[in-house]
Amino acid sequence: MLELLSWTMLLLPLCSAAVIQLLLREMADTAIRISVGSVAATFVIALLLLESEDRTLTVQWANAGSFHIEIGLIIDDLSRGMMIVVTGVGLLVHLFSLAYMKEDEARGRYFAGLSIFMFSMTGIVLASNFIMMFIFWELVGFSSYLLIGHWFQKDSAAEAAKKAFLVNRIGDFGFMIGILMLWGILGTFAFREMAGSATLLVDSNSTLTGIAVLLVFCGALGKSAQVPLHVWLPDAMEGPTPVSALIHAATMVAAGVYMLFRLQFSAGIEIFEGFAGTTIAWVGGITSLLAALMATQQDDIKRVLAYSTLSQLGYMVMAVGLAGDHSGEAGMFHLYTHAWFKALLFLGSGAVIYACHHEQNIWKMGGLFQRMRKTTITFAIGTAALMAIYPLSGFWSKEQILEAAHHDQPVLFWLAIIVATLTPFYMTRLFIVAFLGKSRGHGAQEAKEVPPIMLYPLFALSCMSVIAGFTPVAEKLSPAFHHPSHSFSPTNPVFLISLAALLIGISSGILLYRGRDSDPLAGNRLFKVFRNKFYFDEAYLVLVRVFQNAVAVVVHFLDDFVIGNLIVGGLVRSASGVGNLFRKLQSGNLQGYAFLFGAGIILIIYLTVFAR
Amino acid sequence: MASLQEYLFISGLLFAIGLAGVLIRRNIIVIFMCLELMLSAANLTLVAFSRFNTGENGLPDYNGQVLVFFIITVAAAEVAVGLAIIVALYRARQTVDVKDLTSMRG
Repeated sequence: MLELLSWTMLLLPLCSAAVIQLLLREMADTAIRISVGSVAATFVIALLLLESEDRTLTVQWANAGSFHIEIGLIIDDLSRGMMIVVTGVGLLVHLFSLAYMKEDEARGRYFAGLSIFMFSMTGIVLASNFIMMFIFWELVGFSSYLLIGHWFQKDSAAEAAKKAFLVNRIGDFGFMIGILMLWGILGTFAFREMAGSATLLVDSNSTLTGIAVLLVFCGALGKSAQVPLHVWLPDAMEGPTPVSALIHAATMVAAGVYMLFRLQFSAGIEIFEGFAGTTIAWVGGITSLLAALMATQQDDIKRVLAYSTLSQLGYMVMAVGLAGDHSGEAGMFHLYTHAWFKALLFLGSGAVIYACHHEQNIWKMGGLFQRMRKTTITFAIGTAALMAIYPLSGFWSKEQILEAAHHDQPVLFWLAIIVATLTPFYMTRLFIVAFLGKSRGHGAQEAKEVPPIMLYPLFALSCMSVIAGFTPVAEKLSPAFHHPSHSFSPTNPVFLISLAALLIGISSGILLYRGRDSDPLAGNRLFKVFRNKFYFDEAYLVLVRVFQNAVAVVVHFLDDFVIGNLIVGGLVRSASGVGNLFRKLQSGNLQGYAFLFGAGIILIIYLTVFAR
Repeated sequence: MASLQEYLFISGLLFAIGLAGVLIRRNIIVIFMCLELMLSAANLTLVAFSRFNTGENGLPDYNGQVLVFFIITVAAAEVAVGLAIIVALYRARQTVDVKDLTSMRG
């Protein structure tokens, strides 16, 4: 029975997407019901599976002697928790989209895209081996492309979808090589067969293992948008806001972290020791710092949240890379809590955007607290969870990560503390400018509270943001939860430092932004660099252009000169030369013919008489 | 008495002169005359071989000389036809210069 349920959980969204795409795109309301029904069913199944025992279900797919690839589902502590997150947030986003996309003409296509995404994400979470995970990895990238480009008539959305897919592909190239290298080292693709092999191989050839792990991390670089492949995530905000909530906050971007932790979980933590783990942790740390800096100067509400997501993902990657005592588990715990409150923040921003008639600039909002109280309160809860205020869920997971960093790599700990100062700063900025004060824009003045079907997901997510960190809840629902070794005490130095960081951040945010109508830091040269995202996009443009031009010059030379002139032209010239030669034989000159005739006869006489 | 080689030498020389004339001269009638010269050279060769070959029972071998008669006859017929063609050619092209008879441009 449980096996059937597990396979249903994977395949039901696929059937829903297929049915909608093939039959029902025009009958949008039926399509919507099928899609929402499928995700509700998968959520129920995920809840049912919470109590089941660990198992792996496989189907042989391809066999070639000793090499075999299987399609299988792995149901263990890690995947159960992730499925709750994926299906839970997915269900709430589906419900929110019912109202948000009500007037959209292509909502059938949208819900088909959501179903395909749920299928692909479930596939990544439940994948029992690397090959299957890679297949679903690509599928998730594809569904992200579909959904970011939902309003493809807008140029910026189509460009953003392309950018997301291409940048992901770059990461996936390294990922594939890493998977193959790991297969060569570990001898298998399947996660359950990797257990315990890490110690053996790390002794034998640790450099090769480290390189393999780093290449596999390239996949996480692309999917979880770490520096330098982070450039697609802010552009991905061109998609509808529920999509941003589901894909680019809670689930898809977490897939990179999930994959790294799955590797750690299955192959043993030793695989991350040495330069591989250190590099991963530093990349995570640098990403979180750069993203937090860029977030301080963004004016679009979704962009601020996108950079905030990048920053928190940096935290998670850093935690996984530290490879310390259960720091990976801390990263996963943060992934789980972050999913709830970030989805809350994004859906809240979706409600705000919907109410302000699709206005997204925070400087044109303001005064929303008076007009949309319930939404503002839920947004405030989400903000508090993100800023890691005690006792909300974000606090517990962030403390675990800070403890792990303090224990293993003090420099990264201080980096994380700087980010922990910046996070409250930009979130306070966002909250004050968008919700408090007086209404600055036309849309904000006309805003009113959103319909109830949008509010219920916000309430549900607020509840989860509050309670998800508490141990009894986290024990049941969080993937691979690890009880903190010492319970919370107010005299813990880590807690005091992070509390100080929080207070500094909040107070500077209030001081700088209270009662302002425009950003006071906008003219500052340093802050302009943050606003322009450290010019990463411009640098990539130049890089692509330089390489493209170089390759184009070489190809042009090869095409024009070697193939055109030498080979094709050469053939033409030799054919025409030979033709000219033969043309001289037919001159129409009588005596010429007679001469050849005579010469031929002499030749024959010579050959027959004298050359014997 | 001249030996066979001397006769053959003369006939070869005659043939060569005729061939050179066919290849070099521009007037069609002169080319024709050189053609006849080549035929005569062949005749001379045949007669020479007939003169210096004795057949069975000591009598000379007259096969060559009989062939010469045939050749002379055929040559005469051929000249008649050839001159008729030349006259027709002159009537069509108003020239007997071989260079002017080329109609191809290459």
